[in-house]
Amino acid sequence: MTLLSLRDLSVRLRGRSILTDVTLDVEAGEFIGLIGPNGAGKTTLMRAALGLLPHEGTSSLAVLPPAARGRAAAWMPQARDIAWPVTVETLVALGRTPHVSGWQGMGPQDRAHVDAALETMGLEHLRHRTATRLSGGEQAMALIARALAQQTPLLMADEPIAGLDPANQIATMQVFARLAGEGRAVIASLHDLGLAARHCTRLILLGEGGLAADGPPAEVLTPENLARIFHVSAHYATTPQGPVFQPLEVIR
Amino acid sequence: MKPLALCLSALATALFLASLSVGPAHIGALDGLSALILGGDGPEPLVMREIRLPRALLGVMIGASLGISGAALQGYLRNPLAEPGLIGVSGSAALGAVLAIHTGLAAVTTLALPVAALAGAGSGVLLILLLAGPRGGSITLILAGIAISALAAALTSLVLNLSPNPYAASEIVFWMMGSLADRSMTHVWLAAPLMLAGGVALLTLGRGLDALTLGEDAAEAMGLRLARLRLTLVLGTAAMVGAAVAVAGAIGFVGLVVPHLLRPLVGARPSRLLWASGLGGAAMVLAADIAVRLVLPERDLKLGVLTAIVGAPLFLHLIYKTRGGQT
Repeated sequence: MTLLSLRDLSVRLRGRSILTDVTLDVEAGEFIGLIGPNGAGKTTLMRAALGLLPHEGTSSLAVLPPAARGRAAAWMPQARDIAWPVTVETLVALGRTPHVSGWQGMGPQDRAHVDAALETMGLEHLRHRTATRLSGGEQAMALIARALAQQTPLLMADEPIAGLDPANQIATMQVFARLAGEGRAVIASLHDLGLAARHCTRLILLGEGGLAADGPPAEVLTPENLARIFHVSAHYATTPQGPVFQPLEVIR
Repeated sequence: MKPLALCLSALATALFLASLSVGPAHIGALDGLSALILGGDGPEPLVMREIRLPRALLGVMIGASLGISGAALQGYLRNPLAEPGLIGVSGSAALGAVLAIHTGLAAVTTLALPVAALAGAGSGVLLILLLAGPRGGSITLILAGIAISALAAALTSLVLNLSPNPYAASEIVFWMMGSLADRSMTHVWLAAPLMLAGGVALLTLGRGLDALTLGEDAAEAMGLRLARLRLTLVLGTAAMVGAAVAVAGAIGFVGLVVPHLLRPLVGARPSRLLWASGLGGAAMVLAADIAVRLVLPERDLKLGVLTAIVGAPLFLHLIYKTRGGQT
Protein backbone atom coordinates (compact mmCIF):
# COMPACT_ATOMS: atom_id res chain seq x y z
CA MET A 1 0.00 0.00 0.00
CA THR A 2 1.34 3.41 -0.92
CA LEU A 3 1.35 5.74 2.08
CA LEU A 4 2.92 8.76 0.43
CA SER A 5 3.46 9.62 -3.17
CA LEU A 6 5.29 12.68 -4.42
CA ARG A 7 5.13 13.72 -8.08
CA ASP A 8 7.55 16.34 -9.41
CA LEU A 9 7.69 18.07 -6.05
CA SER A 10 9.67 21.32 -6.27
CA VAL A 11 10.22 23.88 -3.57
CA ARG A 12 11.45 27.42 -4.00
CA LEU A 13 11.98 29.55 -0.90
CA ARG A 14 12.69 33.27 -1.22
CA GLY A 15 13.40 32.86 -4.92
CA ARG A 16 16.00 30.15 -4.30
CA SER A 17 15.38 26.66 -5.60
CA ILE A 18 15.79 24.13 -2.78
CA LEU A 19 14.44 20.97 -4.38
CA THR A 20 13.53 20.21 -7.98
CA ASP A 21 11.25 17.51 -9.35
CA VAL A 22 11.33 14.94 -6.56
CA THR A 23 9.21 11.92 -7.43
CA LEU A 24 8.94 8.98 -5.05
CA ASP A 25 6.50 6.56 -3.43
CA VAL A 26 6.58 5.30 0.12
CA GLU A 27 5.12 1.83 0.61
CA ALA A 28 3.90 0.23 3.82
CA GLY A 29 6.68 -1.75 5.50
CA GLU A 30 9.49 0.61 4.56
CA PHE A 31 11.89 2.26 6.98
CA ILE A 32 13.40 5.04 4.92
CA GLY A 33 16.52 6.92 5.94
CA LEU A 34 16.56 10.38 4.40
CA ILE A 35 20.23 11.31 4.07
CA GLY A 36 22.19 14.14 2.55
CA PRO A 37 24.63 16.86 3.55
CA ASN A 38 23.58 19.92 5.58
CA GLY A 39 21.34 22.15 3.51
CA ALA A 40 20.46 19.42 1.01
CA GLY A 41 16.74 19.91 1.70
CA LYS A 42 15.84 16.98 3.97
CA THR A 43 13.64 19.03 6.27
CA THR A 44 12.23 20.97 3.32
CA LEU A 45 11.24 17.75 1.54
CA MET A 46 9.38 16.39 4.56
CA ARG A 47 7.65 19.69 5.36
CA ALA A 48 6.60 20.17 1.75
CA ALA A 49 5.33 16.57 1.59
CA LEU A 50 3.15 17.34 4.63
CA GLY A 51 1.89 20.53 3.00
CA LEU A 52 3.56 22.79 5.57
CA LEU A 53 5.48 24.63 2.85
CA PRO A 54 4.31 26.12 -0.45
CA HIS A 55 5.41 23.81 -3.28
CA GLU A 56 4.88 22.84 -6.89
CA GLY A 57 3.99 19.34 -7.97
CA THR A 58 1.80 17.08 -5.87
CA SER A 59 2.05 15.31 -2.55
CA SER A 60 -0.65 12.82 -1.59
CA LEU A 61 -0.49 14.06 2.03
CA ALA A 62 -0.59 17.78 1.29
CA VAL A 63 -3.90 17.48 -0.58
CA LEU A 64 -5.66 15.87 2.43
CA PRO A 65 -7.80 18.04 4.72
CA PRO A 66 -5.78 18.94 7.87
CA ALA A 67 -7.62 16.59 10.23
CA ALA A 68 -7.33 13.62 7.86
CA ARG A 69 -3.65 14.37 7.34
CA GLY A 70 -3.17 14.32 11.11
CA ARG A 71 -4.49 10.75 11.10
CA ALA A 72 -2.41 9.76 8.04
CA ALA A 73 1.02 11.00 9.06
CA ALA A 74 2.79 12.02 12.26
CA TRP A 75 5.51 14.66 12.12
CA MET A 76 8.32 15.14 14.59
CA PRO A 77 10.09 18.42 13.82
CA GLN A 78 13.76 18.91 14.49
CA ALA A 79 13.11 21.76 16.95
CA ARG A 80 12.23 20.04 20.21
CA ASP A 81 9.60 22.47 21.37
CA ILE A 82 7.97 21.86 24.72
CA ALA A 83 6.47 25.23 25.57
CA TRP A 84 4.96 24.52 28.98
CA PRO A 85 6.06 22.45 31.99
CA VAL A 86 3.55 19.63 31.37
CA THR A 87 4.09 16.04 32.51
CA VAL A 88 5.59 13.52 30.10
CA GLU A 89 2.25 11.69 30.04
CA THR A 90 0.38 14.86 29.05
CA LEU A 91 2.96 15.58 26.39
CA VAL A 92 2.67 12.13 24.85
CA ALA A 93 -1.13 12.34 25.04
CA LEU A 94 -1.00 15.40 22.75
CA GLY A 95 -0.29 12.90 19.98
CA ARG A 96 -3.92 11.80 20.26
CA THR A 97 -5.11 15.28 19.17
CA PRO A 98 -6.13 14.29 15.61
CA HIS A 99 -8.15 11.33 16.91
CA VAL A 100 -10.16 13.13 19.60
CA SER A 101 -12.99 15.18 18.19
CA GLY A 102 -15.18 17.96 19.51
CA TRP A 103 -15.50 18.39 23.25
CA GLN A 104 -15.05 14.74 24.17
CA GLY A 105 -11.94 13.82 26.13
CA MET A 106 -9.63 10.89 25.60
CA GLY A 107 -11.24 7.47 25.67
CA PRO A 108 -9.77 4.24 27.07
CA GLN A 109 -8.39 3.39 23.63
CA ASP A 110 -6.54 6.71 23.48
CA ARG A 111 -5.07 6.06 26.93
CA ALA A 112 -3.98 2.60 25.80
CA HIS A 113 -2.11 4.12 22.85
CA VAL A 114 -0.41 6.64 25.17
CA ASP A 115 0.62 3.85 27.56
CA ALA A 116 1.92 1.78 24.66
CA ALA A 117 3.96 4.70 23.30
CA LEU A 118 5.47 5.36 26.74
CA GLU A 119 6.35 1.69 27.11
CA THR A 120 7.84 1.46 23.61
CA MET A 121 10.21 4.33 24.31
CA GLY A 122 10.99 3.07 27.85
CA LEU A 123 9.59 6.19 29.49
CA GLU A 124 7.21 4.70 32.07
CA HIS A 125 9.45 5.74 34.95
CA LEU A 126 9.34 9.36 33.72
CA ARG A 127 5.58 9.40 33.14
CA HIS A 128 4.77 11.89 35.90
CA ARG A 129 7.93 13.99 35.58
CA THR A 130 7.78 17.51 34.14
CA ALA A 131 8.89 17.27 30.51
CA THR A 132 10.72 20.61 30.44
CA ARG A 133 12.96 19.53 33.34
CA LEU A 134 14.21 16.38 31.58
CA SER A 135 17.55 16.17 29.80
CA GLY A 136 17.66 16.96 26.07
CA GLY A 137 17.89 13.29 25.16
CA GLU A 138 14.98 12.33 27.42
CA GLN A 139 12.91 15.14 25.89
CA ALA A 140 13.69 13.77 22.43
CA MET A 141 12.55 10.29 23.53
CA ALA A 142 9.32 11.79 24.94
CA LEU A 143 8.67 13.64 21.67
CA ILE A 144 9.23 10.44 19.68
CA ALA A 145 6.71 8.75 22.01
CA ARG A 146 4.30 11.62 21.27
CA ALA A 147 4.63 10.93 17.53
CA LEU A 148 4.15 7.20 18.14
CA ALA A 149 0.98 7.86 20.15
CA GLN A 150 -0.48 9.51 17.07
CA GLN A 151 -0.74 5.93 15.64
CA THR A 152 -0.49 6.95 12.01
CA PRO A 153 0.36 4.69 9.06
CA LEU A 154 3.29 6.99 8.25
CA LEU A 155 5.75 8.55 10.70
CA MET A 156 8.09 11.33 9.57
CA ALA A 157 10.83 12.42 11.93
CA ASP A 158 13.48 15.09 11.46
CA GLU A 159 16.78 13.94 12.97
CA PRO A 160 15.04 11.93 15.68
CA ILE A 161 18.21 10.33 17.05
CA ALA A 162 20.42 13.43 17.15
CA GLY A 163 21.69 13.93 20.70
CA LEU A 164 20.70 10.49 21.99
CA ASP A 165 23.16 8.13 23.65
CA PRO A 166 24.23 5.05 21.60
CA ALA A 167 21.82 2.69 23.37
CA ASN A 168 18.87 5.05 22.82
CA GLN A 169 19.91 5.65 19.21
CA ILE A 170 19.93 1.93 18.46
CA ALA A 171 16.73 1.35 20.45
CA THR A 172 14.96 4.13 18.54
CA MET A 173 16.11 2.75 15.18
CA GLN A 174 14.83 -0.66 16.25
CA VAL A 175 11.47 0.84 17.24
CA PHE A 176 11.19 2.43 13.79
CA ALA A 177 12.23 -0.81 12.08
CA ARG A 178 9.58 -2.67 14.10
CA LEU A 179 6.88 -0.17 13.08
CA ALA A 180 7.85 -0.80 9.46
CA GLY A 181 7.71 -4.55 10.15
CA GLU A 182 4.13 -4.10 11.44
CA GLY A 183 3.11 -2.70 8.07
CA ARG A 184 3.56 0.98 8.74
CA ALA A 185 6.25 3.20 7.27
CA VAL A 186 8.85 5.54 8.74
CA ILE A 187 10.83 8.32 7.09
CA ALA A 188 13.63 9.67 9.27
CA SER A 189 16.29 12.15 8.29
CA LEU A 190 19.63 10.90 9.62
CA HIS A 191 23.24 11.98 9.71
CA ASP A 192 24.58 8.74 11.16
CA LEU A 193 25.10 6.76 7.94
CA GLY A 194 26.30 3.74 9.91
CA LEU A 195 22.99 3.41 11.74
CA ALA A 196 21.15 4.19 8.51
CA ALA A 197 22.97 1.38 6.71
CA ARG A 198 22.21 -1.12 9.47
CA HIS A 199 18.56 -0.41 10.17
CA CYS A 200 16.89 1.22 7.17
CA THR A 201 15.28 -0.82 4.40
CA ARG A 202 15.77 2.01 1.94
CA LEU A 203 17.82 5.17 1.74
CA ILE A 204 16.91 8.37 -0.08
CA LEU A 205 19.95 10.52 -0.79
CA LEU A 206 19.32 14.20 -1.38
CA GLY A 207 21.91 16.43 -2.99
CA GLU A 208 22.56 18.78 -5.88
CA GLY A 209 19.07 20.24 -5.55
CA GLY A 210 17.10 17.03 -5.85
CA LEU A 211 16.99 13.28 -5.51
CA ALA A 212 20.56 11.98 -5.93
CA ALA A 213 19.96 8.30 -5.21
CA ASP A 214 17.13 6.08 -3.98
CA GLY A 215 17.29 2.41 -3.11
CA PRO A 216 18.56 -0.22 -0.64
CA PRO A 217 21.48 1.00 1.55
CA ALA A 218 24.12 -0.98 -0.35
CA GLU A 219 23.07 0.61 -3.64
CA VAL A 220 22.92 4.15 -2.31
CA LEU A 221 26.06 4.25 -0.15
CA THR A 222 28.38 3.63 -3.09
CA PRO A 223 31.85 5.21 -3.20
CA GLU A 224 30.75 7.33 -6.19
CA ASN A 225 27.63 8.73 -4.47
CA LEU A 226 29.55 9.39 -1.25
CA ALA A 227 32.31 11.22 -3.10
CA ARG A 228 29.92 13.21 -5.26
CA ILE A 229 27.39 14.26 -2.61
CA PHE A 230 29.11 13.99 0.79
CA HIS A 231 32.73 14.47 -0.32
CA VAL A 232 33.90 11.60 1.87
CA SER A 233 35.36 8.18 1.37
CA ALA A 234 34.07 5.30 3.46
CA HIS A 235 34.47 1.70 4.41
CA TYR A 236 31.41 -0.46 3.75
CA ALA A 237 31.41 -4.16 4.60
CA THR A 238 28.84 -6.86 5.02
CA THR A 239 29.80 -8.78 8.17
CA PRO A 240 28.16 -11.62 10.12
CA GLN A 241 26.83 -8.89 12.48
CA GLY A 242 25.18 -7.07 9.58
CA PRO A 243 26.35 -4.21 7.37
CA VAL A 244 29.05 -1.96 8.79
CA PHE A 245 29.65 1.50 7.45
CA GLN A 246 32.29 3.94 8.54
CA PRO A 247 33.11 7.27 6.81
CA LEU A 248 36.90 7.68 6.57
CA GLU A 249 38.30 10.80 4.92
CA VAL A 250 37.15 14.07 3.40
CA ILE A 251 37.73 14.26 -0.34
CA ARG A 252 38.30 17.69 -1.79
CA MET B 1 -8.93 19.17 38.23
CA LYS B 2 -12.46 19.05 39.68
CA PRO B 3 -11.37 20.32 43.14
CA LEU B 4 -9.68 23.35 41.58
CA ALA B 5 -12.81 24.20 39.58
CA LEU B 6 -14.92 23.90 42.73
CA CYS B 7 -12.50 26.01 44.80
CA LEU B 8 -12.29 28.78 42.21
CA SER B 9 -16.07 28.79 41.65
CA ALA B 10 -16.70 28.93 45.40
CA LEU B 11 -14.18 31.75 45.78
CA ALA B 12 -15.72 33.75 42.93
CA THR B 13 -19.25 33.19 44.27
CA ALA B 14 -18.25 34.24 47.79
CA LEU B 15 -16.57 37.38 46.48
CA PHE B 16 -19.59 38.13 44.28
CA LEU B 17 -21.85 37.99 47.35
CA ALA B 18 -19.35 40.06 49.34
CA SER B 19 -19.24 42.62 46.54
CA LEU B 20 -23.04 42.90 46.77
CA SER B 21 -22.80 43.58 50.50
CA VAL B 22 -20.16 46.33 50.44
CA GLY B 23 -20.95 49.97 49.85
CA PRO B 24 -21.51 53.38 51.39
CA ALA B 25 -25.22 52.72 51.96
CA HIS B 26 -25.13 50.55 55.06
CA ILE B 27 -27.35 47.65 54.13
CA GLY B 28 -26.97 44.35 55.99
CA ALA B 29 -25.87 41.48 53.81
CA LEU B 30 -29.07 39.44 54.28
CA ASP B 31 -31.36 42.47 54.00
CA GLY B 32 -29.56 43.47 50.84
CA LEU B 33 -29.87 40.04 49.25
CA SER B 34 -33.57 39.79 50.08
CA ALA B 35 -34.11 43.29 48.69
CA LEU B 36 -32.22 42.30 45.56
CA ILE B 37 -34.23 39.16 44.97
CA LEU B 38 -37.65 40.01 46.37
CA GLY B 39 -37.70 43.75 45.69
CA GLY B 40 -40.08 45.77 47.81
CA ASP B 41 -40.40 49.40 48.80
CA GLY B 42 -37.77 51.83 50.00
CA PRO B 43 -34.24 52.58 48.82
CA GLU B 44 -32.71 49.13 49.42
CA PRO B 45 -33.96 47.36 46.25
CA LEU B 46 -32.95 50.39 44.20
CA VAL B 47 -29.42 50.50 45.64
CA MET B 48 -29.01 46.75 45.25
CA ARG B 49 -30.43 46.45 41.74
CA GLU B 50 -29.18 49.64 40.14
CA ILE B 51 -25.82 50.22 41.85
CA ARG B 52 -24.39 47.12 43.48
CA LEU B 53 -25.63 44.38 41.14
CA PRO B 54 -24.19 45.97 37.95
CA ARG B 55 -20.93 46.66 39.76
CA ALA B 56 -20.60 43.04 40.94
CA LEU B 57 -21.69 41.65 37.56
CA LEU B 58 -19.17 43.82 35.74
CA GLY B 59 -16.48 42.67 38.16
CA VAL B 60 -17.20 39.04 37.24
CA MET B 61 -17.45 39.71 33.51
CA ILE B 62 -14.37 41.90 33.24
CA GLY B 63 -12.26 39.64 35.44
CA ALA B 64 -13.28 36.57 33.45
CA SER B 65 -12.60 38.39 30.16
CA LEU B 66 -9.12 39.49 31.19
CA GLY B 67 -8.28 36.07 32.63
CA ILE B 68 -9.47 34.03 29.65
CA SER B 69 -7.94 36.30 27.02
CA GLY B 70 -4.65 36.49 28.93
CA ALA B 71 -4.49 32.70 29.16
CA ALA B 72 -5.38 32.32 25.48
CA LEU B 73 -2.72 34.81 24.33
CA GLN B 74 -0.06 33.24 26.54
CA GLY B 75 -1.00 29.84 25.15
CA TYR B 76 -0.89 30.95 21.53
CA LEU B 77 2.36 32.90 21.84
CA ARG B 78 3.82 30.23 24.14
CA ASN B 79 5.07 33.04 26.30
CA PRO B 80 4.09 33.61 29.94
CA LEU B 81 4.68 37.34 29.56
CA ALA B 82 1.86 37.89 27.07
CA GLU B 83 -1.15 39.86 28.30
CA PRO B 84 -4.47 40.92 26.73
CA GLY B 85 -3.26 44.44 25.98
CA LEU B 86 -0.53 43.04 23.74
CA ILE B 87 -2.58 43.04 20.54
CA GLY B 88 -3.28 46.75 20.84
CA VAL B 89 -7.03 46.49 21.45
CA SER B 90 -6.96 48.00 24.96
CA GLY B 91 -4.95 50.95 23.72
CA SER B 92 -7.22 51.67 20.79
CA ALA B 93 -10.37 51.22 22.91
CA ALA B 94 -8.96 53.70 25.44
CA LEU B 95 -8.24 56.12 22.61
CA GLY B 96 -11.87 55.92 21.47
CA ALA B 97 -13.08 56.62 24.99
CA VAL B 98 -10.65 59.49 25.47
CA LEU B 99 -11.84 61.07 22.23
CA ALA B 100 -15.44 60.79 23.45
CA ILE B 101 -14.53 62.57 26.69
CA HIS B 102 -12.48 65.20 24.89
CA THR B 103 -15.15 66.06 22.34
CA GLY B 104 -17.81 66.26 25.03
CA LEU B 105 -19.79 63.38 23.50
CA ALA B 106 -19.43 61.46 26.74
CA ALA B 107 -21.34 64.19 28.58
CA VAL B 108 -24.31 63.96 26.18
CA THR B 109 -25.36 60.36 26.84
CA THR B 110 -24.02 57.62 29.09
CA LEU B 111 -23.61 55.26 26.15
CA ALA B 112 -21.43 57.59 24.07
CA LEU B 113 -18.22 56.72 25.91
CA PRO B 114 -18.44 52.90 25.82
CA VAL B 115 -19.66 52.96 22.22
CA ALA B 116 -16.77 55.19 21.18
CA ALA B 117 -14.39 52.85 23.00
CA LEU B 118 -15.86 49.86 21.17
CA ALA B 119 -15.42 51.68 17.88
CA GLY B 120 -11.79 52.31 18.85
CA ALA B 121 -11.33 48.63 19.67
CA GLY B 122 -12.91 47.69 16.34
CA SER B 123 -10.53 49.88 14.36
CA GLY B 124 -7.63 48.46 16.35
CA VAL B 125 -8.65 44.92 15.37
CA LEU B 126 -9.05 45.83 11.71
CA LEU B 127 -5.63 47.42 11.73
CA ILE B 128 -3.98 44.41 13.39
CA LEU B 129 -5.61 41.99 10.95
CA LEU B 130 -4.42 44.11 8.03
CA LEU B 131 -0.92 44.42 9.44
CA ALA B 132 -0.44 40.83 10.57
CA GLY B 133 -2.10 39.34 7.46
CA PRO B 134 -3.93 36.03 7.26
CA ARG B 135 -0.85 33.79 7.37
CA GLY B 136 1.73 35.74 9.37
CA GLY B 137 3.43 34.15 12.36
CA SER B 138 3.15 35.01 16.03
CA ILE B 139 6.04 37.49 15.81
CA THR B 140 4.14 39.57 13.23
CA LEU B 141 1.14 39.61 15.56
CA ILE B 142 3.24 40.85 18.49
CA LEU B 143 4.95 43.51 16.41
CA ALA B 144 1.66 44.72 14.92
CA GLY B 145 0.19 44.85 18.44
CA ILE B 146 3.12 46.87 19.74
CA ALA B 147 2.87 49.29 16.82
CA ILE B 148 -0.87 49.80 17.31
CA SER B 149 -0.48 50.22 21.09
CA ALA B 150 2.25 52.79 20.56
CA LEU B 151 0.18 54.70 18.02
CA ALA B 152 -2.90 54.67 20.26
CA ALA B 153 -0.82 55.81 23.25
CA ALA B 154 0.70 58.63 21.21
CA LEU B 155 -2.70 59.81 20.01
CA THR B 156 -4.08 59.60 23.56
CA SER B 157 -1.19 61.80 24.71
CA LEU B 158 -1.96 64.18 21.88
CA VAL B 159 -5.58 64.48 23.04
CA LEU B 160 -4.39 65.13 26.60
CA ASN B 161 -1.88 67.64 25.25
CA LEU B 162 -4.62 69.51 23.41
CA SER B 163 -7.20 69.32 26.17
CA PRO B 164 -8.81 72.72 26.64
CA ASN B 165 -8.59 72.85 30.44
CA PRO B 166 -7.14 70.90 33.38
CA TYR B 167 -10.57 69.52 34.31
CA ALA B 168 -10.95 67.80 30.95
CA ALA B 169 -7.42 66.43 31.26
CA SER B 170 -7.99 65.12 34.78
CA GLU B 171 -11.28 63.55 33.74
CA ILE B 172 -9.44 61.65 30.99
CA VAL B 173 -6.61 60.61 33.30
CA PHE B 174 -9.00 59.37 35.99
CA TRP B 175 -11.08 57.47 33.45
CA MET B 176 -7.98 55.72 32.12
CA MET B 177 -7.13 54.41 35.59
CA GLY B 178 -10.08 52.04 35.36
CA SER B 179 -13.01 51.77 37.75
CA LEU B 180 -16.30 49.97 38.29
CA ALA B 181 -17.89 52.78 40.30
CA ASP B 182 -21.22 54.26 39.16
CA ARG B 183 -21.81 51.78 36.34
CA SER B 184 -25.37 50.82 35.46
CA MET B 185 -27.14 47.79 34.04
CA THR B 186 -26.86 49.51 30.65
CA HIS B 187 -23.12 48.93 30.80
CA VAL B 188 -23.73 45.29 31.69
CA TRP B 189 -26.06 44.77 28.73
CA LEU B 190 -23.66 46.53 26.39
CA ALA B 191 -20.64 44.42 27.37
CA ALA B 192 -22.34 41.07 28.03
CA PRO B 193 -23.03 39.92 24.44
CA LEU B 194 -19.51 40.80 23.26
CA MET B 195 -17.86 39.17 26.24
CA LEU B 196 -20.03 36.08 25.92
CA ALA B 197 -19.29 35.69 22.22
CA GLY B 198 -15.57 36.30 22.78
CA GLY B 199 -15.49 33.89 25.69
CA VAL B 200 -17.18 31.10 23.74
CA ALA B 201 -14.77 31.68 20.84
CA LEU B 202 -11.70 31.54 23.07
CA LEU B 203 -12.87 28.50 25.05
CA THR B 204 -13.14 26.50 21.79
CA LEU B 205 -9.41 27.04 21.21
CA GLY B 206 -8.36 24.79 24.11
CA ARG B 207 -7.30 21.76 22.13
CA GLY B 208 -5.45 23.83 19.53
CA LEU B 209 -3.57 25.72 22.25
CA ASP B 210 -2.65 22.40 23.87
CA ALA B 211 -1.29 21.15 20.55
CA LEU B 212 0.76 24.34 20.18
CA THR B 213 2.78 23.18 23.20
CA LEU B 214 4.73 21.17 20.61
CA GLY B 215 5.38 24.18 18.37
CA GLU B 216 3.54 25.51 15.34
CA ASP B 217 4.95 22.94 12.91
CA ALA B 218 4.01 19.88 14.92
CA ALA B 219 0.61 21.33 15.82
CA GLU B 220 -0.19 22.09 12.18
CA ALA B 221 0.85 18.58 11.17
CA MET B 222 -1.61 17.23 13.76
CA GLY B 223 -4.45 18.90 11.88
CA LEU B 224 -4.55 22.28 13.59
CA ARG B 225 -5.70 25.12 11.31
CA LEU B 226 -3.28 27.73 12.53
CA ALA B 227 -4.60 30.68 10.51
CA ARG B 228 -8.15 30.04 11.74
CA LEU B 229 -6.98 29.66 15.34
CA ARG B 230 -5.16 32.98 15.13
CA LEU B 231 -8.16 34.78 13.65
CA THR B 232 -10.47 33.37 16.35
CA LEU B 233 -7.94 34.34 19.00
CA VAL B 234 -7.62 37.93 17.80
CA LEU B 235 -11.37 38.44 17.38
CA GLY B 236 -12.26 36.73 20.67
CA THR B 237 -9.67 38.67 22.64
CA ALA B 238 -10.69 41.92 20.96
CA ALA B 239 -14.38 41.38 21.80
CA MET B 240 -13.67 40.55 25.44
CA VAL B 241 -10.97 43.12 26.12
CA GLY B 242 -12.54 45.85 24.00
CA ALA B 243 -15.81 45.48 25.91
CA ALA B 244 -13.96 45.42 29.24
CA VAL B 245 -12.06 48.63 28.50
CA ALA B 246 -15.22 50.27 27.12
CA VAL B 247 -17.15 49.84 30.36
CA ALA B 248 -14.39 50.04 32.96
CA GLY B 249 -11.24 51.60 31.53
CA ALA B 250 -7.85 49.96 31.62
CA ILE B 251 -7.43 47.36 34.36
CA GLY B 252 -3.92 46.01 34.16
CA PHE B 253 -2.06 42.97 35.45
CA VAL B 254 -5.13 40.73 35.86
CA GLY B 255 -4.65 39.08 32.44
CA LEU B 256 -0.94 38.68 33.09
CA VAL B 257 -0.82 37.53 36.71
CA VAL B 258 -3.88 35.27 36.95
CA PRO B 259 -2.80 32.73 34.27
CA HIS B 260 0.68 32.80 35.81
CA LEU B 261 -0.64 32.03 39.29
CA LEU B 262 -2.94 29.24 38.14
CA ARG B 263 -0.64 27.54 35.60
CA PRO B 264 1.02 25.18 38.12
CA LEU B 265 -2.41 24.22 39.48
CA VAL B 266 -3.72 22.98 36.11
CA GLY B 267 -0.61 21.01 35.18
CA ALA B 268 0.40 23.81 32.78
CA ARG B 269 -2.15 22.68 30.18
CA PRO B 270 -3.31 25.71 28.16
CA SER B 271 -6.84 24.32 27.67
CA ARG B 272 -7.46 23.95 31.39
CA LEU B 273 -5.83 27.28 32.08
CA LEU B 274 -8.49 29.02 29.95
CA TRP B 275 -11.47 28.39 32.20
CA ALA B 276 -9.40 28.41 35.38
CA SER B 277 -8.10 31.88 34.51
CA GLY B 278 -11.66 32.99 33.75
CA LEU B 279 -12.77 32.03 37.26
CA GLY B 280 -9.54 33.30 38.83
CA GLY B 281 -9.73 36.62 36.98
CA ALA B 282 -13.33 37.11 38.14
CA ALA B 283 -12.26 36.44 41.73
CA MET B 284 -9.29 38.80 41.48
CA VAL B 285 -11.24 41.74 40.04
CA LEU B 286 -14.09 41.23 42.54
CA ALA B 287 -11.59 41.16 45.41
CA ALA B 288 -9.82 44.27 44.14
CA ASP B 289 -13.14 46.08 43.68
CA ILE B 290 -14.16 45.20 47.23
CA ALA B 291 -10.79 46.43 48.44
CA VAL B 292 -11.07 49.85 46.76
CA ARG B 293 -14.37 50.35 48.58
CA LEU B 294 -12.97 49.27 51.96
CA VAL B 295 -9.46 50.77 51.94
CA LEU B 296 -10.21 54.40 51.12
CA PRO B 297 -14.01 54.64 50.83
CA GLU B 298 -14.08 58.43 50.69
CA ARG B 299 -11.21 58.95 48.22
CA ASP B 300 -12.51 56.99 45.20
CA LEU B 301 -9.45 54.76 44.82
CA LYS B 302 -9.35 53.51 41.21
CA LEU B 303 -9.61 49.78 40.53
CA GLY B 304 -6.88 49.79 37.87
CA VAL B 305 -4.48 51.47 40.27
CA LEU B 306 -5.10 48.84 42.93
CA THR B 307 -4.71 45.86 40.56
CA ALA B 308 -1.40 47.31 39.39
CA ILE B 309 -0.20 47.98 42.95
CA VAL B 310 -1.08 44.43 44.00
CA GLY B 311 -0.27 42.80 40.66
CA ALA B 312 3.21 44.16 40.08
CA PRO B 313 4.77 42.88 43.36
CA LEU B 314 2.94 39.56 42.86
CA PHE B 315 4.50 39.34 39.44
CA LEU B 316 7.93 40.20 40.83
CA HIS B 317 7.49 37.40 43.34
CA LEU B 318 6.58 34.97 40.55
CA ILE B 319 9.66 35.99 38.56
CA TYR B 320 11.77 35.50 41.69
CA LYS B 321 10.32 32.00 42.14
CA THR B 322 10.87 31.14 38.45
CA ARG B 323 14.47 32.26 38.74
CA GLY B 324 14.92 29.97 41.74
CA GLY B 325 13.49 27.04 39.77
CA GLN B 326 15.91 27.50 36.90
CA THR B 327 19.17 27.38 38.84
